[in-house]
Amino acid sequence: MGAGEEERVNWLIEFFGDPANWSGPDGIPLRLLEHLLFSVAALALAALVAIPLGLWIGHTGRGSLFIVVAANLARALPTLGLVVLIVMLLGTASVWPVLIPLVALAVPAILVNTFEGIRGVDPELRDAAYGMGLSGRQVLGRVLVPVALPLILLGLRLAAIQIVATAAVAAYTGLGGLGRYIIDGLAIRDYPTVLGGSVLIVLFALAAQFLFVMAERVAVSPGVSRRVKVR
Amino acid sequence: MGEEPSIWEYFTRNWSTGQPGSIDTLLGDHIVMSLLPIVAALAFAIPIGLACVRWRLLYQPTAGLVNIIYALPSLALFGVFLAVTGLSQATVIIPLTFYAVAVLVPAVVDGLRSVPEHVRQSAVAMGFTPLRRLTRVELPLAAPVVLAGLRVAAVSSISLVSVGALVGMGGLGYLFIRAWQIDYFAPAIVGIVGIVLLALIVDGILVVSQRLLTPWVRARRSG
Repeated sequence: MGAGEEERVNWLIEFFGDPANWSGPDGIPLRLLEHLLFSVAALALAALVAIPLGLWIGHTGRGSLFIVVAANLARALPTLGLVVLIVMLLGTASVWPVLIPLVALAVPAILVNTFEGIRGVDPELRDAAYGMGLSGRQVLGRVLVPVALPLILLGLRLAAIQIVATAAVAAYTGLGGLGRYIIDGLAIRDYPTVLGGSVLIVLFALAAQFLFVMAERVAVSPGVSRRVKVR
Repeated sequence: MGEEPSIWEYFTRNWSTGQPGSIDTLLGDHIVMSLLPIVAALAFAIPIGLACVRWRLLYQPTAGLVNIIYALPSLALFGVFLAVTGLSQATVIIPLTFYAVAVLVPAVVDGLRSVPEHVRQSAVAMGFTPLRRLTRVELPLAAPVVLAGLRVAAVSSISLVSVGALVGMGGLGYLFIRAWQIDYFAPAIVGIVGIVLLALIVDGILVVSQRLLTPWVRARRSG
């Protein structure tokens, strides 16, 4: 195919200028909302599994090998293959089967970074907290987690990136969301729709990235992020 | 486990059929589309990384750009490039090169920064010209960190190529489309196993080459 510069701009005008693309079940607002809902649900589930597990493994040091294996495997596993296989085996009757690969591929990023964050806390800081009479749980909650927060949030951001991308791919097996424009557009060789959907997903991913960078600024303690000089 | 032979059968029957969807052809395409971006990205990342270390002001904006590129979903990027390069391997190879550059630039910068200042100064004192210092001292010492980045980039690239199947260029990823079309899981398993194995082999080759290229790392550890 390969179109000229001008034609591609026309494609975008054609896609975004079409009023039919702005309402109804195929409309951009609803697709955007779907993509947001799947992504938030998958990220919440992944965080629910990965953060406690990462804190526990980081705090106790048990099962570190598991972390390394999970991280490497998640990188090598092809997302499309996992989505197709799981949806095929569990059926397309509900959204739940698709959420499994979304969550499974997001867990390692959060797990690894939470673990690294906790492990990376200065041992002297940890000992000082114990020395002040804090219990194991208090040390974790009041010292280790705040100091490890930048990495925990980084893990969440990387997981969100992964989820937004995988949710787009999962449109192939029938999931709603912005990926639909690419999959449906390709099926009928409607390239303006493919390009329009791609641009929407890129904007969505950038917005998510921006949100997380802002959250990192707000949530991380000034002493940890070194915005305030510590004597 | 009565299903195992059928997966194996699917593999052997479709290995070398001479047809377009033959697994050996898909594997060849997969290797080209995943490793070409890595080679290209290394060629871009080394000068970019050098520039970032040489001119510190460049690093912040470059790191920001790298973060943005890394956040772009692969399918969307393939969709955008489909409009530019059409149905060709470039549609997959160019976006994957971007991702690999995004992984390798920080690795090159970290690697070069890990070279101790006294080593650099020793090289100057020994009369090394800047170019010889770079090729003989700095780049070799940066190699372990760069190779670690290369491993991450290569494995991600191998797994990401399969998403290209959705835009018609996915190497082994085609097997996932095939599985979905004929509603039979054997091709999907062959595809997943094939891609993970390819990733493991390439990763293994990089680990071995890291040991061969940087023997001093092991010597230091054991001694």
